[in-house]
Amino acid sequence: MKGKNLVTERRPDPEQLLKTVSKELKQNGRGRLKIFFGACPGVGKTYAMLLAARQQFEEGVHVAVGIIETHGRPETKRLLGGLPQLPLRSIDYKGYVLQDFNLDAALSSGSDLVLVDELAHTNPTGSRHDKRSGDVEELLAAGIDVYTTLNVQHLESVADIVSGIIGIRLREKVPDKIFDNANEVVLIDLPPDDLLARLDAGKVYIPTSIQHARHHFFRKGNLIALRELALRRVADRVNVDVRTYRLSKSVEKVWPTRERLMVCVAAGESQQPLIAEGARLAQRLQAACLVVHVQRSSESEADLEILSSLARQADALEVEFLNVTGDDVAEALLECAHANNVTKVVLGYGKRRWYRPRRFHLTESIARANPGLGILLVATKPTSQDTTPFRWRNNSDVSLRSLIITTAACASTVFIAEGLSKYFDPANLLALFILTVVVVSLRLGRTAAVWGALLSVACFDFFFIPPYLSFAMSDTQYIFTFTLILVIALVASEVGSRLRADARSARIGERRESTIARMAHDLSGALRFEQIVDICMETIAPLFEAKVALILPDSNGRLHSGGRGGFEDLSVAQWAYDHVQRAGRGTDTLSAAETLYLPLRAPMQCRGILAIQPRNWKLIEKSDDKRLLEAYCSSIALALERIHFAEVAQDTLVRMEGERLRNSLLSAVSHDLRTPLTAIRGLAETLEQTPDLSESNRTEVASAIRHQAEGLQSVVTNLLDLARMQSTGIRLNKEWHSLGEIVGSALSRLDYELAQRSVRADLPNDLPFLEVDASLIERVLVNLVDNALKYTPQEAKILIGAKAVGDSIYFFVEDNGPGLPPGNSEQLFEPFVRGQKESAISGVGLGLALCRSIIGAHGGTIRAEAVRPSGTRFEVRLPLGIAPKVEEKVGV
Amino acid sequence: MTKPIILIVEDEADIRRFVRMALEKEGMTVFEAPTAEQGRIDAATRKPNLAIIDLGLPDGDGKTMIREVRCWSTVPIVVLSAREQESEKVEALNAGADDYLVKPFGVPELLARVRAQLRRSSIVSGSDSASSRLRFGNVAVDLATYEVRRSNAEVHLTPNEFRLLAALIRGHGKVLTHRQLLLEVWGPGCAEHSHYVRVCMAQLRQKLEENPSQPKHLITELQVGYRLSGLTVDAEVAPDRPS
Repeated sequence: MKGKNLVTERRPDPEQLLKTVSKELKQNGRGRLKIFFGACPGVGKTYAMLLAARQQFEEGVHVAVGIIETHGRPETKRLLGGLPQLPLRSIDYKGYVLQDFNLDAALSSGSDLVLVDELAHTNPTGSRHDKRSGDVEELLAAGIDVYTTLNVQHLESVADIVSGIIGIRLREKVPDKIFDNANEVVLIDLPPDDLLARLDAGKVYIPTSIQHARHHFFRKGNLIALRELALRRVADRVNVDVRTYRLSKSVEKVWPTRERLMVCVAAGESQQPLIAEGARLAQRLQAACLVVHVQRSSESEADLEILSSLARQADALEVEFLNVTGDDVAEALLECAHANNVTKVVLGYGKRRWYRPRRFHLTESIARANPGLGILLVATKPTSQDTTPFRWRNNSDVSLRSLIITTAACASTVFIAEGLSKYFDPANLLALFILTVVVVSLRLGRTAAVWGALLSVACFDFFFIPPYLSFAMSDTQYIFTFTLILVIALVASEVGSRLRADARSARIGERRESTIARMAHDLSGALRFEQIVDICMETIAPLFEAKVALILPDSNGRLHSGGRGGFEDLSVAQWAYDHVQRAGRGTDTLSAAETLYLPLRAPMQCRGILAIQPRNWKLIEKSDDKRLLEAYCSSIALALERIHFAEVAQDTLVRMEGERLRNSLLSAVSHDLRTPLTAIRGLAETLEQTPDLSESNRTEVASAIRHQAEGLQSVVTNLLDLARMQSTGIRLNKEWHSLGEIVGSALSRLDYELAQRSVRADLPNDLPFLEVDASLIERVLVNLVDNALKYTPQEAKILIGAKAVGDSIYFFVEDNGPGLPPGNSEQLFEPFVRGQKESAISGVGLGLALCRSIIGAHGGTIRAEAVRPSGTRFEVRLPLGIAPKVEEKVGV
Repeated sequence: MTKPIILIVEDEADIRRFVRMALEKEGMTVFEAPTAEQGRIDAATRKPNLAIIDLGLPDGDGKTMIREVRCWSTVPIVVLSAREQESEKVEALNAGADDYLVKPFGVPELLARVRAQLRRSSIVSGSDSASSRLRFGNVAVDLATYEVRRSNAEVHLTPNEFRLLAALIRGHGKVLTHRQLLLEVWGPGCAEHSHYVRVCMAQLRQKLEENPSQPKHLITELQVGYRLSGLTVDAEVAPDRPS
């Protein structure tokens, strides 16, 4: 109300708007999900669904029944008749044949709308998805609309409340996000009395099961509670819908500030309701929620397993799960709250026990340190797992070796003390024993510490306290001494083990940090896909002790194995890539696979799949490592995307360069083609129209036509070569040739022009063979000699020579003509540059540019230099390969 | 000698016209066929002494036509090809063509090739073809005794070099592709090693040519193969070689 008076026009919170937009975007091309939602079985969800489907069917929509469980209800069966049904899938399960929903049939049926009953159903092992909700998700992703049914008790967030009401633990749960993201939810409501009447009339279950059901699930109290839950859940959803609508229409600013809830959990089964409650609260408050666990150095294997189950639950509720390390829980929590802008903290409030007074302190210390933080306490009930009062901090320190070392240490102390007993009082000798105990405790852990303490006390008593060599004690004050030693031992061992654990976790953390940093560094330097593959192999494989493969798509989006792994299943990988979801072991999809497939999600699109198969799955399932792996995945994805775009940019650059070249080519070519064409045409017309031309004139005209045609031919040849090289991206037809042969061929090609000129080829006989594209190298020689002929006077001499030096072969075309024009000789090799501008000599200036690109494609260089006293020399360097051997056939 | 009959299969009328004019001026009888279909009929009915076939015909592939003609005739075939069709040129030669001309070509070049082919076929079909003694330039070869002499000095050739030379002599005037030479000299196992031929040819040129980088007889057809030109039958000098 206040808001309305203050501001007339409100802009929606950008973050929220973004979410709405992304939700709408997500809908593009996606199927629509309609959930028929009820409080309990028998309210008529399936019936309502079928009714709605029939209506669609009659309107001409392609409806197909994926699976419907009629439970023998006649009216349902009647409705089912007439609707096209998809074939079911038969699965052999422990001797039984189960009939289940056939996802592939649904995907390939071409239907617009598929009916899938019982969203919460768990698929038999060996199915593609563990849950039917996964099947539905895939149908939606494929653009197929889905009608489905759901009971309130299967919703993840209320499952534990329901199990409290009906007293049964429910196994089949559906993540709330599916419910919340559904396009439509239809509540099928039936007052409890009506339902019970239906039950009694045998409309819900077949008559034999009625009595059983009546006494267990279908008690009136249960039904009322469930109905309330269902109504409330739908009301929540509608509320969100209204807000979303307002937001998208910019009606009013709904949230002045964003709430952020932080649920703090310990490693215990009892914490699951806490997470569910937190998520529920967050939804009601429209707040973001995160679950935090503070990992101390002392967590056991069992704890870690519980933690990973908590993390999975958080995942299912779409809540972020954080595992922070720190020995002071309150401090770690506060730090985390600060870093994440948390406004409210949800803490579990269990029964306080003598050995765990921490809970109370936690609430208080958080409240004291940050009074601005709202604290919500949720009562938690400890389960059997949590009630083990005392656990060994670290089981691994109980080893025979440490006990033997302790015993040996005590024995040697006894010997030393024995030697010193002549000089010192027993009280001083005791200090020696204390030293031993402290050293043992610090290094060898708690068990060894206790053993050492007991042993030391016994030895001291036995050897040094009168009466000697007996355990009897004359003086009771030594009891105090012994107790003291025991306490010292325990304290020292505690300190020691803590130090060791800290050092270990610091080491692990440091190792991770350094691998992430190294990988980020390596990836930033990677320029090719193969380099990224190598980096993955080098970094991830040793860290997780796993087989790793990077599977990249081709331009059609099909994945191809890099050939390194060999363990990966491409079909699973392809699924993960197509759906941009993790698949394989430890996920909900195709979990029978041996390998985990992680999509490499980059901002623009999925860039590939990282397949990982660790030797020890525990290493991956810890949430820390999962996050680490995800961090790797995103940096790999970014690197892949960067390379992709770099390639795109490179391509564009090349294309632009080509465009520029083409443009200048066109203008130059049009001049050099039109000039001879004009001459030819004019001369030919003269011949045609002047019948009385004298014989000598006629010959003159004809030879001029021939001359022009030859000029035209050389331009066209160069152009064709250039076009060929550009269109094929300079694909060289390389073979082993002798340079002499190519020179000979080039000279014979220029036979006519060479007739009146002096050209000498002077090649050494022992010139090695070259691996080149002979016709292109011939082109180079023809162009160079042709140039020399064109730009030198009649009497100039032309020499072709060659020599092999080191791993290169040099050949040159030299003349003793007037030499190059002054200026940069490099410029000559640019396309359409001529030594003399606008001369009458034909040629587009393409010749030398073509030479340079041909030689460049062969990995060589070409340069022009002046020769003394006058003249020009064009020198080409080509790399020499290792020529293949020639087998001489023996015998004639 | 009767007038040689030439068949020209080419779809471009102007090319047909100037080729016809040039050949008729040389005293040859010329028949023109604008399509492969017509060419096949003419090749069978006109009994030409030489056929000039364009590779790109409107109603079919010149190579196919060559293969068909080769089934029943040994008539010399000269192929006309555009420059881009380098691999097609090789295929045409492998299919049985004897020589090729790259467009654009000049009249003198055309006449030289046609004359060379006619001469060759007359040597091959002539009565003295059995003679084993031959000569090109200042080189004399006796195929029967494996003797090679250059300016009357004996030249030693390796077995492969001699086999290569013999192959070129057998197909003299004709362009022999790398593949054909490899099959003939090295056998079917080495058909892909075209550098064998080049190495061997370089050695042969060193031994037999005056200026190996500008050969007169062992002619290179770049990327295609080799040709031996200027071969004559050495009938009168052979029996008692002057020393």
